[in-house]
Amino acid sequence: MSELYHKTVAELAAALRAEQVSSVELTRAFLSRIEQHQGELNAFISVTASAALTQAAEADQRRAAGHAGPLTGVPIAHKDIFCTKGELTTCGSRILANFVSPYDATVVERLRSAGVVMLGKTNMDEFAMGSSNETSYFGPVRNPWDTARVPGGSSGGSAAAVAARLVPAATATDTGGSIRQPAALCGVTGLKPTYGRVSRYGMIAFASSLDQAGVIAQTAEDAALLLGAMAGFDPRDSTSVELPVPDYSAALTSPLKGLKIGVLKEYFDKGLDRDVEQHLRAALDVLRSQGASIKDVSLPNLPLSVPTYYVVAPAECSSNLARFDGVRYGYRCENPRDLMDLYCRSRGEGFGAEVKRRIMTGTYVLSAGYYDAFYLKAQRVRQLISADFERAFHEVDVVIGPTTPTPAFELGAKTHDPVTMYLNDIYTIGANLAGLPGISIPCGLVQDLPVGLQIVGPHFGEERVLNVAHRYQLETDWHRRRPARFE
Amino acid sequence: MSLNRRDIENIALLARLALTDAEVPVYVESLSRIMGLIGELDRADTSQIEPMAHPLPGQRQRLRADAVTESDQHQLYQTNAPQVEAGLYLVPRVIE
Repeated sequence: MSELYHKTVAELAAALRAEQVSSVELTRAFLSRIEQHQGELNAFISVTASAALTQAAEADQRRAAGHAGPLTGVPIAHKDIFCTKGELTTCGSRILANFVSPYDATVVERLRSAGVVMLGKTNMDEFAMGSSNETSYFGPVRNPWDTARVPGGSSGGSAAAVAARLVPAATATDTGGSIRQPAALCGVTGLKPTYGRVSRYGMIAFASSLDQAGVIAQTAEDAALLLGAMAGFDPRDSTSVELPVPDYSAALTSPLKGLKIGVLKEYFDKGLDRDVEQHLRAALDVLRSQGASIKDVSLPNLPLSVPTYYVVAPAECSSNLARFDGVRYGYRCENPRDLMDLYCRSRGEGFGAEVKRRIMTGTYVLSAGYYDAFYLKAQRVRQLISADFERAFHEVDVVIGPTTPTPAFELGAKTHDPVTMYLNDIYTIGANLAGLPGISIPCGLVQDLPVGLQIVGPHFGEERVLNVAHRYQLETDWHRRRPARFE
Repeated sequence: MSLNRRDIENIALLARLALTDAEVPVYVESLSRIMGLIGELDRADTSQIEPMAHPLPGQRQRLRADAVTESDQHQLYQTNAPQVEAGLYLVPRVIE
């Protein structure tokens, strides 16, 4: 029999339902697995063992009383960007290193009320700004497939924890690829829902028109289960969409016959690693053999998505992070001379290098005399990119491409030049700019490093995206591969 | 597009960020590189295009009713404050 910690959320839920294992037993098993490997991977900022065991005991009581739901008793981790009442919530930053949240994020609250147990808070790039998890104040996370390499970012802790089977699943957020890119580099499944599908309340804001919460898990089936518990209208998030939540699990097995898949011409460009491309072509053959038809589609403005993003995201970040002032919460500098000194030094000392870079970029593109040339221009190009996707979805049901240009790179390889690091998100940013749902699933290994396949759907097309991913996972076993060091 | 030391110092002041002497040249270099990347946007003809106002087409900003929904929890919230006295947040003297 395989170890408990190898099991998917669906399998654990079934074992709990059949009373083969209790939530307390499961929670203890995962807590000890985390303890065993935390030193090597640094995937967690905090482990909430005592809260986890209390919640697990409650879940077991709930089951004994006959009130268990489908996820009751399943333990997962939360990215440390989500506020968790009474627990440390740092967002990977020195400025929030001692912040204990007075309330729960909606995502946390919903999962909790579904009976899901919180094991801890996962490491992340500071304020979710990064593609390698190297900007975290709490140190980099390491990739379980090769600990000399990055796990991707910003949800690198969530992805590494799932890949090493320290947790069966974890919440995550995606502003420019922060769920899909680390999922690809760690060989796990990462779903970024449509903008507005999951509440942003209590999720520390980076770029509010792009931020979206989602999930990293082993399978599309698990992503569907968890999304169902997280999604839905929330009056506390002004951009939360008032649409009913479908049963994401119900549509998973629909046949792919008649499905029209668009292959993004712009994604198969000269920047794409040859071996990665081969795996993608093989994945397309798998989908074709299930009855899907494949055609090339072109999104001519997509190559401008990186420059567009690096105006819009920093602009919104400079505004959102203005709240960190050293007065009401968070880090305060020693012996401020006056109020201005208090603001400037608290922020200068509290934020890391990349966050300061983005705040300054945003401040600049929004400053008097430059707003039209940069910010408005970027929002116009964003409209063009969004219109490109809309046209494509008149012709095809989903578009498919790589998640990243290459497999995981080495720690330190791209820290010298921010623009080189930014270009790592070249294939993921488009979906954020257009507000579209996307998933990354494992589709191969190149020199023992995972490769991700990205499937993007139209607005609120999560069911279709999950359906394609699940059918692929029924035919292949890439998602079942585990890094040898963490057997 | 190239930024100089004075530009960076001015941006840092607007952003309320104290930079060390060692940080300034790093940001001169990297923000200049980033502005070069952003300069690629000039390639797109956007003369007839409206700026995007919402990521989802047809969505408008929802407003809630003007009703009190929060209770007073200042004691709880102030447990995270750097300096508090008699229920007030303390900052350096502003008016001499």
